[in-house]
Amino acid sequence: MSENNIITPENLVYEKTKVMTDRVLHYCPGCGHGTAHRLLADVIDELGIQEDTIGVAPVGCSVLAYYYFDVDMQEAAHGRAPAVATGIKRVLPEKYVFTYQGDGDLAAIGTAETIHACNRGENILIVFINNGIYGMTGGQMAPTTLPGMKSSTSPRGRDVATMGNPLKITELIAELPGTYYVTRQSVHTPGNARKTRRALKKALEYQKLNKGTCFVEIVANCPSGWKMTPVQSNKWMEEHMFPFYPLGDIKVPEK
Amino acid sequence: MKELRLMKGNEALAEAAIRAGADAYFGYPITPQSEVIEYLMRENPVDRTGMQVLQAESEVAAINMVYGAAGCGKRAMTSSSSPGISLKMEGISYIAGAELPCLIVNVVRAGPGLGTIQPSQSDYFQAVKGGGHGDYKMIVLAPATVQESVDYVKLGFDLAFKYRNPVMILSDGIIGQMMEKVELFEQMPRTTEEPEWATVGKKPGRDSVIVTSLQLQSEEQEKVNLRLQAKYRVIEKNEVRYETYMCDDAEYLFVAFGSCARITRKAMELAREKGYKVGLVRPQTLYPFPEKVINEFGSRMKGILTVEMNAGQMVEDVRLAVNGQCPVKHFGRFGGMIPSPDEILNALEQKIIGG
Amino acid sequence: MARKGDVVIDIEKCKGCEVCLSACPNDVLALSNEVNSKGYHYAVKVNSECIGCANCAIVCPDAVITVYREKK
Repeated sequence: MSENNIITPENLVYEKTKVMTDRVLHYCPGCGHGTAHRLLADVIDELGIQEDTIGVAPVGCSVLAYYYFDVDMQEAAHGRAPAVATGIKRVLPEKYVFTYQGDGDLAAIGTAETIHACNRGENILIVFINNGIYGMTGGQMAPTTLPGMKSSTSPRGRDVATMGNPLKITELIAELPGTYYVTRQSVHTPGNARKTRRALKKALEYQKLNKGTCFVEIVANCPSGWKMTPVQSNKWMEEHMFPFYPLGDIKVPEK
Repeated sequence: MKELRLMKGNEALAEAAIRAGADAYFGYPITPQSEVIEYLMRENPVDRTGMQVLQAESEVAAINMVYGAAGCGKRAMTSSSSPGISLKMEGISYIAGAELPCLIVNVVRAGPGLGTIQPSQSDYFQAVKGGGHGDYKMIVLAPATVQESVDYVKLGFDLAFKYRNPVMILSDGIIGQMMEKVELFEQMPRTTEEPEWATVGKKPGRDSVIVTSLQLQSEEQEKVNLRLQAKYRVIEKNEVRYETYMCDDAEYLFVAFGSCARITRKAMELAREKGYKVGLVRPQTLYPFPEKVINEFGSRMKGILTVEMNAGQMVEDVRLAVNGQCPVKHFGRFGGMIPSPDEILNALEQKIIGG
Repeated sequence: MARKGDVVIDIEKCKGCEVCLSACPNDVLALSNEVNSKGYHYAVKVNSECIGCANCAIVCPDAVITVYREKK
């Protein structure tokens, strides 16, 4: 059988969802942002909620997320996405509202907005990309940068005695009564990407039930910021990030 | 039907918000305006009109909630007082940049810093010259009475949506805290319109809506800035509001806004009793500023005194408007102190008539 | 016996990150010697062992891979 016979519409098993636009992503080669975008877009497509979804983009590498999601979106000030999402959800409670934020945005400058939106139990999905570094501004130390990890503002490695400890904000968030589903995933292997996809789907399904905030952390690589190839960065992530930020569900709905 | 009530300024403003068909209020307590959110929470307008009211974790969060709701095409508002407005300035700049309509109320107290909870007009510059970063303007309405506090809520929302621009009511602790007779307008319905610029969910056949103030290309950012400036020129042409008192035969002129204009009006009467021909201009819009009328008065006055509860802010705009045609001086009390009519009359005699 | 599959790669959008290479169970993919108009060596098929599992597509950060698999 020739290959040409396989490439037919009825044999299609995976293609870029129409909930993603055709724009070329501006992310560096191998960056987990693109995969995370696509998985969320996939889920929006699968649930058939493109017309009912409003997203909020952060400040950081994913500041231009609204170029790639083909849904109505608002661009928030740095760290304020959960407040913007609160404003949207309060006036349009029937819509699905998500924020997409990096670690600097969510766990440093936006800590108050994040914690209080979660504590109020806003019926929104927060997607949190944790790559342990400020990517867009050129690789500075983030609230999630590991002890000893080098960045342009911790060139000799993060010294926790003077620079403070990395913040495990997801564990903190899980303690809040307003959160309904809190999980930490990754997108660097097919298995992990599929788990993330399921987590995002669950989170949006829960939003329909008005159960509270759903929070999906995705531990991701930053090849440029970490100064590694994409493949090296994924290996480094497994060896260094995952021991500190273990993958898996942190809070699941009670049966 | 007219509904007359005796109401505190902050509470009347809150009632006006419900009646103006506001969709959402997001606030944070700060003296001297906490009665706004207290009244709304007590009144629970979600039962009356469906209006949402939320106490945010900070002024920063509150203004960004306004951004989110305004981006959905809704009538969203917040209120605060000076230190809280400073915190909101980031969000206001983003709202101006994203061209969203909203209403912001500043019941001004004295600064700098934590200052005092007593009334002041020391946020004039912050309100009319920008406050936040970037080239932008807010329409600034300055009520002198509780009645105007009420009327400007409705006017403010109308102007905000007409121009897709933030509007500020620049009040002060006197107007917020005092009780006056007020005529309330009838309940207006909340809008069901979905403006084409609003994120309400992507409809089939149209592009997704993006609410943003970001332009990475300088050429594009300049285009946005030019569009904003063109809008501001239209606002300056169409939306100037002011009142004049006894200006026809005047040789001297007071310029004062807000609560200070009421005290200055009394000073004007005292001056008239002493035989000085004095008039008063009261700007109701601080941006756009009534530049033209003040320029015209400048050409035939012997001198102009601005009276402000600050160290001299609006006086700069009056001088720009007068453009050297006559002397322009400032008299102010500040730090929460309120000028008396006698003080103002004395300042007129010392700085203008005898000056 | 596994069903046969195939992939179509949008080589102009591929950034040559190689994440798909190790995701493939049958080493179907490799980087080209050629570069696209952006200067990236892009992913190409180097054998016909594709089973249409979509592992490559699901980890592709740039959504450049479309996957097909024959029906049973």
